[in-house]
Amino acid sequence: MLRFIVRRIVIIIPMLFVVVSLTWALVRLAPGNFYSGEKKIAPAVEANLREKYGLDKPWYVQYGKVLRNIGRFDFGTSLRYEGQSVNQILLRALPVSAALGFTAYLLALIVGITMGTLAALKQNSWLDSSSMVIAMLGISIPNFVLGPLLVLLFSLTLFWFPPALWNGFLSKSIVLPAITLSAIYVAYIARLTRSGMLEVLRSDYIRTARAKGLSEWQVVTRHALRGGLLPVISFSGPALAFLITGTVVVEKIFALPGLGNYFINACFNRDEPLILGIVAFIAISVLVFNLLVDISYAVIDPRIKY
Amino acid sequence: MPEFDDQTKPKVSDSELHVGPEYAVAERDVGEIVSGEVEVGTSLWRDAWRRLVKNRLAVLGMMIVIVIALACLVGPTLIEKASGHPYDFIPRDASLTKAFPPFRTAGGQFSWQHPMGTDTAGRDILARVLSGGQISLMVALIATIVSLLIGVTYGATAGYIGGRLDDLMMRIVDVLYSLPYVIIVIVLLALLPAKTPFGQIIELFIALGAVSWLTMARIVRGQVMSLKNQDFVLAARATGVSTPRIIFRHLIPNALGPVIVYATLTIPTVMLSEAFLSFLGLGVRPPRVSWGSLAAEGAQSLAVYPWLMIFPGVTMALMLFCLNFVGDGLRDALDPQMKK
Repeated sequence: MLRFIVRRIVIIIPMLFVVVSLTWALVRLAPGNFYSGEKKIAPAVEANLREKYGLDKPWYVQYGKVLRNIGRFDFGTSLRYEGQSVNQILLRALPVSAALGFTAYLLALIVGITMGTLAALKQNSWLDSSSMVIAMLGISIPNFVLGPLLVLLFSLTLFWFPPALWNGFLSKSIVLPAITLSAIYVAYIARLTRSGMLEVLRSDYIRTARAKGLSEWQVVTRHALRGGLLPVISFSGPALAFLITGTVVVEKIFALPGLGNYFINACFNRDEPLILGIVAFIAISVLVFNLLVDISYAVIDPRIKY
Repeated sequence: MPEFDDQTKPKVSDSELHVGPEYAVAERDVGEIVSGEVEVGTSLWRDAWRRLVKNRLAVLGMMIVIVIALACLVGPTLIEKASGHPYDFIPRDASLTKAFPPFRTAGGQFSWQHPMGTDTAGRDILARVLSGGQISLMVALIATIVSLLIGVTYGATAGYIGGRLDDLMMRIVDVLYSLPYVIIVIVLLALLPAKTPFGQIIELFIALGAVSWLTMARIVRGQVMSLKNQDFVLAARATGVSTPRIIFRHLIPNALGPVIVYATLTIPTVMLSEAFLSFLGLGVRPPRVSWGSLAAEGAQSLAVYPWLMIFPGVTMALMLFCLNFVGDGLRDALDPQMKK
């Protein structure tokens, strides 16, 4: 187990290297520059700008600097938000995205597992088929359609929740974004739970538990869920990566100042330090999260050995 | 050696083999082959088709998919023939260049002219939705084919050759799996936009196809690994068939079931990714439209002209919903053991 963890941590470093290098190469290969806009810049000004940002040096010097910065976890200053370091922006944007993602995934786990378990317990009943149709709807309605529809209904017609902007974690402003973001996870988790539970409920140890005279509630919560949720846990690893793409759209719809919104703007502005900083940060968190999922897998299911 | 003796002795005597219902079925099959009624090679597909047709939801989904696809295919041309205007026609008359609700025209009277209303420039939404559907469906289909080509070739090669190469190739897939590739696609499309709208669509095919082959490669590899030790492969190798030929002519056709199912499920996924990118302004660019870019346009004036968002959004959701049902139905039909 320890060897497995060490090996996985060691592999994170070359992967991070690949992602960062690829991103850097893309930013550099793209025609134009962050300062090339509508206005024509005088050659002297351009030369000064290039010197200031180190663009006059050969590419390997610049590349080396990028790698060194990332090694020290210091991504430099943003080109667009002048005077702000990338780390400051990350620290400001991260709590928004993290709160949104966490709330949405928690919501998805609670609703999805409940729906999936009920569907499995009452297989082929109306409860089963209706929750599977709801799950299919959740997979099929894109979040950028669901979000505006929820806004139309709950903000512009019923006036229950604000249509946009962010007022902190524990406020009404998180409700609609979190529901929008969680819809597709509710659907996936419900389907995974259902198929996992159907398989487990037929196994011998469940029959043993029933034969011991345990109540149905105990059979389900103590014994069946433990095995039936394994697919959900292995889904949670890639889910984080999806969650990040989801937040890009949801933050744009609801105008939330999170990582996704900053990332898209940085891409359009060619804000190289900010792009690299956010990409490196997202890559690290996805890789670490995948590792945590693999470890928790072994903890929950003692049959799995690494 | 006693074990050797054990193996050479037939476990079942000949007389036992000739009784029982299995033999009776086999005899009937032989009779049908002789009379030319059944081709044994296609019985898997026939069974699957029979199971698929029984699944009413999947059949309904398939019909809706075909209807929407046909409407997108011929609709824009028909509308252009009927009204004399292409999908992005902006009326010259200033009183018509504004958003009319569905079935309404200037002065708020009922009219059949724009069943889905018009956008703020007076363009017909129905024509735009159908024309956007063309692009959305084309991107989804071609990107799926790209992912199919890469995934099947890669997975089959890794699975058939095995050993070190397999280890290496699958490790690469594992690494790619855990990369936040959407982030890289966003960087790619934002920084290297193609020169022309059509070039942008080509870039979308490649970007989406190149990132969605991973699961396909894993599925094909698993299938090929279970098939490669069977006698028909041994027979092919014994008669001197080359490795690429064994992979493409013998192994891949036998692994087709799961591949078709997964490809059907890839179509809605890719479609969603295209819409997601277009929504962010990275995908299809004007004057071309897709369901995603139409929804993005509509979302901006949601409070005032909700129909601009609702029609493309709902059309797309309906298409995805039906495609997913077809995919699930196909999976149940081709792999009945998974359903239970």
